[in-house]
Amino acid sequence: MRAAGLFALVIALIVLTGFTQSWNVALGIVNMGLVSAIMALGVNLQWGFAGLFNVGIMGFVALGGLAAVLIGQPPVGAAWEAGGPRVLGGLAIGLGVIAAAVILWRRLPAGRLRALVLLGVLIAGFFIYRGVFDPAVQAIEAVNAATQGYLGGLGLPILIAWPVGAVLAAVAAWAIGKTALGLRSDYLAIATLGIAEIIISVLRNEDWLARGVKNVIGLPRPVPYEVDLQQSPAFVERAAGVGLDPVVASTLAVKLAYTGLFAVILLLILWLSQSALASPWGRMMRAIRDNEVAAEAMGKNVKARHLQVFVLGSAICGLAGAMMTTLDGQLTPSSYQPLRFTFLVWVMVIVGGSGNNYGAILGGFLIWFLWVQVEPLGLWFMQTISDGLDPASPLRAHLLASAAHMRLFTMGILLLLVLRFSPRGLIPER
Amino acid sequence: MDFLNGLVTLLNFVVIPATAYGAQLALGALGVTLIYGILRFSNFAHGDTMAFGAMATILVTWGFQALGLHLWGLPTALLALPFGIAIAAALVIATDRTIYRFYRRQKVSPVILVIVSMGVMFVYNGIVRFVIGPDDQNFADGARFLISARDFRDLTGLDEGLAIRSSQAMTIVTAVIVVMVLFWFLNRTRTGKSMRAFSDNEDLALLSGINPERVVAITWIIVAALATVAGVLYGLDKSFKPFTYFQLLLPIFASAIVGGLGSPLGAIVGGFVVAFSEVTITYAWKKVLEYWLPATLEPQGLVQLLSTDYKFAVSFAILVIVLLFRPTGLFRGKSV
Repeated sequence: MRAAGLFALVIALIVLTGFTQSWNVALGIVNMGLVSAIMALGVNLQWGFAGLFNVGIMGFVALGGLAAVLIGQPPVGAAWEAGGPRVLGGLAIGLGVIAAAVILWRRLPAGRLRALVLLGVLIAGFFIYRGVFDPAVQAIEAVNAATQGYLGGLGLPILIAWPVGAVLAAVAAWAIGKTALGLRSDYLAIATLGIAEIIISVLRNEDWLARGVKNVIGLPRPVPYEVDLQQSPAFVERAAGVGLDPVVASTLAVKLAYTGLFAVILLLILWLSQSALASPWGRMMRAIRDNEVAAEAMGKNVKARHLQVFVLGSAICGLAGAMMTTLDGQLTPSSYQPLRFTFLVWVMVIVGGSGNNYGAILGGFLIWFLWVQVEPLGLWFMQTISDGLDPASPLRAHLLASAAHMRLFTMGILLLLVLRFSPRGLIPER
Repeated sequence: MDFLNGLVTLLNFVVIPATAYGAQLALGALGVTLIYGILRFSNFAHGDTMAFGAMATILVTWGFQALGLHLWGLPTALLALPFGIAIAAALVIATDRTIYRFYRRQKVSPVILVIVSMGVMFVYNGIVRFVIGPDDQNFADGARFLISARDFRDLTGLDEGLAIRSSQAMTIVTAVIVVMVLFWFLNRTRTGKSMRAFSDNEDLALLSGINPERVVAITWIIVAALATVAGVLYGLDKSFKPFTYFQLLLPIFASAIVGGLGSPLGAIVGGFVVAFSEVTITYAWKKVLEYWLPATLEPQGLVQLLSTDYKFAVSFAILVIVLLFRPTGLFRGKSV
């Protein structure tokens, strides 16, 4: 009952936006709300089901975005000729050195000899890797640097990027989980925070991969382009039939197409999550979350289960990241900020209700709605309270200018209030 | 002569900047470690506490500058520092009373407190941006250099100059004083000893009649002081921009963990380990090696191991390496 009422409230808020602002804004909120809800479901799987504290969501989301470029963009032939195989060779050498180091570490007896051999292998390996890798990168980045300077992608339909984004995130999560899941919860948090920063700095710097801060724009779309719709007589006629301007109708149609695609994915993941929660696996995860020692004593492999759920949850975040980059049509590594892509998702999960999939979805929509609307509301509020002030006064100017920063403040207050007065969220775990 | 020139280059571009940065990180990590030791959680709001303290100091500094107060060659910010500390202390004590105390009484698990501190981080971040805006603020005044590169060249006759900015010298001197006072306080005074007892064994400390609320309040005041000093020094040395303080969270956590959470000495060592590795790994060694190596071995590239944009990655890599081999840090920190 309560859940239905809350969902009705969010829907009413979005419909109200449609009437008072514009349906384009409302649909924009719905689309990002769907993506946010998927991220929240991924985090809920880790935190709500298993009690794993992951603050590296941004990194997994960014990997999903990378997948959109690697799959959707056409390959740059000249760049491949200039240094494609050599870059791949360099990366293979790098991986080989790490693998060799791990094997040596396991095989050699502990002692000073092992440390020296290992150090030698790593240092020599690093220089060989750089020797092969660097010239190739330079050659690639020199190819038509203003618009390309990277290897491009595979030129496949961009929908394929969505599962690929999930796989990329899963691989990264596996590597982190292997090293950090044995640590205490706080350490896991800081390890994930760190890995997210590393992923973002790689995206920003490795121009051969995805153009770095020069951004990849104009990614292919799974839905029609507005211009094409406006030129199609059938569409213009149908728009006129509903009494809409063809330009507005085309933007709405494109957004609705995304809404349909995203809603299918969200429902699929919700169904999977609900089945998981109700299954013996879900009960086992919650048993481990509530009492690790007891679960271990009953023969459950806690570490393996943690790794499993960590990989699954991160994969969902990667999927959402690929969807978001597809929606934006561009990959802009500098836009990945932890406050937005990690901590805001946490606010969604905590406010919505951790351990409850519907709660996570509600949180995704509600918090995204507020994130978008707090800024105009803040501006309106500031205008109202500074109305009596002289229009030229610096205080008034300052108040109006700082309205944009009401967002973080409001989100923090909301999080603290929910944690204090309804610690299990708006829709608590059953 | 070549050897000396290389050495001066090394001092100028590696040793001095890394020492100043390490001192700033160490002060930040001391705050994180004290919270971890006494209140037993990782405080995500620490970076923004630093930003808030620095902001309060900047506002007072601007006030003093407007009044015409100054400290001769030294930055006016030093005069404003005590006021900044007092304002930051008032904020964190108020936060503790309204927010953290509730959860402390309920004895919630540490990870809940971490999430609560995320909420506090949002609020502090919002307040700072609300009051001073997200842009760069310059509040440094006084002499820019203790010794400038040209003076040094004229003085010694070497080709390379050594520049010590006054903010760097001040960072190191202030950090040494603050750390000495802190260790004296923790080891010699009654309150400090009760804090350490509380950190080592809470139940035993309570039995022996230590007032936990007083210990907690004093911890927050010390943390506010450390955070403000670190924030102001960082702001004087680099520049004050609210977002960079949030980004400092990772190297600060790395320093505290590398040293061993809960160990003040570890936090200091960790700060310097992180700072020196960041600077040496992202520094282009070409110039130094040109002086030190024979002409035949002269390097062609920049001899830079990693681009400077990877510096946060370096702190994380050190963190992982240390944790793999010593799961509780170099100085055997605690784990709750």
